[in-house]
Amino acid sequence: MNILIPVLTMMALGFLFSAGLVFAYKKLKVEEDPRVEKVTEMLPQANCGACGYSGCRAFAEAVVQGKASPASCPVGGEEGAQEIAAALGIQTGEIIKKVARVHCRGTKEAAKDKGPYWGIPTCEAAHLLGGQKLCFYGCLGFGDCVKACPFDAIYMEKDGLPRVDDEKCTACGKCVDACPRNILELHPLNQNIFVFCRSLDRGPTARKVCKNACIACGICSRACPEAITIEDNLAKILNYKNIIPEKTPEIEKCPTQAIGRLYKNNEG
Amino acid sequence: MDLVFLFISAIFVNNFVLYYFLGICPFLGVSKKIDSALSMGLAVTFVMTITAVVSWMINHWILIPFHLDYLQVVSFILVIASLVQLVEMFIRKISPPLYQALGIYLPLITTNCAIMGLALLASLNNYDFIKTVVFGVSSGLGFTLAIILMAGIREQLDLSDVPKPLEGAGIALIVAGIMALAFNGFIGMIK
Repeated sequence: MNILIPVLTMMALGFLFSAGLVFAYKKLKVEEDPRVEKVTEMLPQANCGACGYSGCRAFAEAVVQGKASPASCPVGGEEGAQEIAAALGIQTGEIIKKVARVHCRGTKEAAKDKGPYWGIPTCEAAHLLGGQKLCFYGCLGFGDCVKACPFDAIYMEKDGLPRVDDEKCTACGKCVDACPRNILELHPLNQNIFVFCRSLDRGPTARKVCKNACIACGICSRACPEAITIEDNLAKILNYKNIIPEKTPEIEKCPTQAIGRLYKNNEG
Repeated sequence: MDLVFLFISAIFVNNFVLYYFLGICPFLGVSKKIDSALSMGLAVTFVMTITAVVSWMINHWILIPFHLDYLQVVSFILVIASLVQLVEMFIRKISPPLYQALGIYLPLITTNCAIMGLALLASLNNYDFIKTVVFGVSSGLGFTLAIILMAGIREQLDLSDVPKPLEGAGIALIVAGIMALAFNGFIGMIK
């Protein structure tokens, strides 16, 4: 008989607490759109914030409410966006994958150093001191972008410039923020002509500090005035869509290679 | 006077984290930012206080009269688990961002041994009802104090140059050890 007392006591306690919880659950229930949970699961869970929302969950909520397009998630890419769109029964726009591009051709060989740099080995620190290169605008080569990349898509080449792995790059934009000299920029994958220089120095100065600097000679802008202009001693592509394919050889006549196509291994 | 004494000693001297070394999981897991550390501390304080009250009632009104002292651990687990469920629902209702921030550590309060330790210690020391309540509140505050201090230190640590092998958990455990040593200095306060 004695065994009944503890059994009954525990049963009574258990029943009491579960009744309490059931009551609390009814009172405190949170109504939630089940689609939010579903979309969140489909997202990459990188919580990188590249979509402009504070995390994958916040983005999922915006997508479900129709405030954001599934295509705004650069990490998930085209497949991810279409999967989400299919699940929600909405259309995505046409999506072209973007990747980061390096806008400097100041290799160790091309852009000379002022002298050796002994200091904290990050671009940010070197930039504060004006950088070790003679060029005040070029890549410093300490790899802040490599460290910032959560996807291992950037690596440092021996020539002192970073390279982007198109496959791995998700256009999250962390490298763009990390670079103190604004060398990196996101571009659609199908764009193949870039200005590989940031120097605002006047022609003779620019040429002195870097072999591959834009010297603002204007060959490219004369070849294709509707798309390219010279602004502050630097060539600028105003509208990539206006570049006429037949004219690209003209543009590529650039004497310093500061504007043109990507090299085969994404050098640039 | 006894109560003041109990209150102060549970916060500083017999601090659950730094003296008994109970509740290390959330202490290390949620101490990366002061904000979430504070909310974690408050959630634990809340659970501790209610647990102290309910476990005292169960202990003195049910277990002792029926001579079921050996069921203490089981019934306290029941109390703690259901209370944590309640707190979880409550936080999810009133503050979804906080719910997100606490994440997995919120349901893990269930397995936070500091709370179990509190219920068992209160019964072991034969505290009366008022003392148990004071013990619960002050132990929770002690936990909150420890986790906030830890979060403050870790926010600074993020900005400092930590040797590579020690980054993350390594340096956090060393800091916890040094904090425990420092809190040992309070032992002389009670005599």
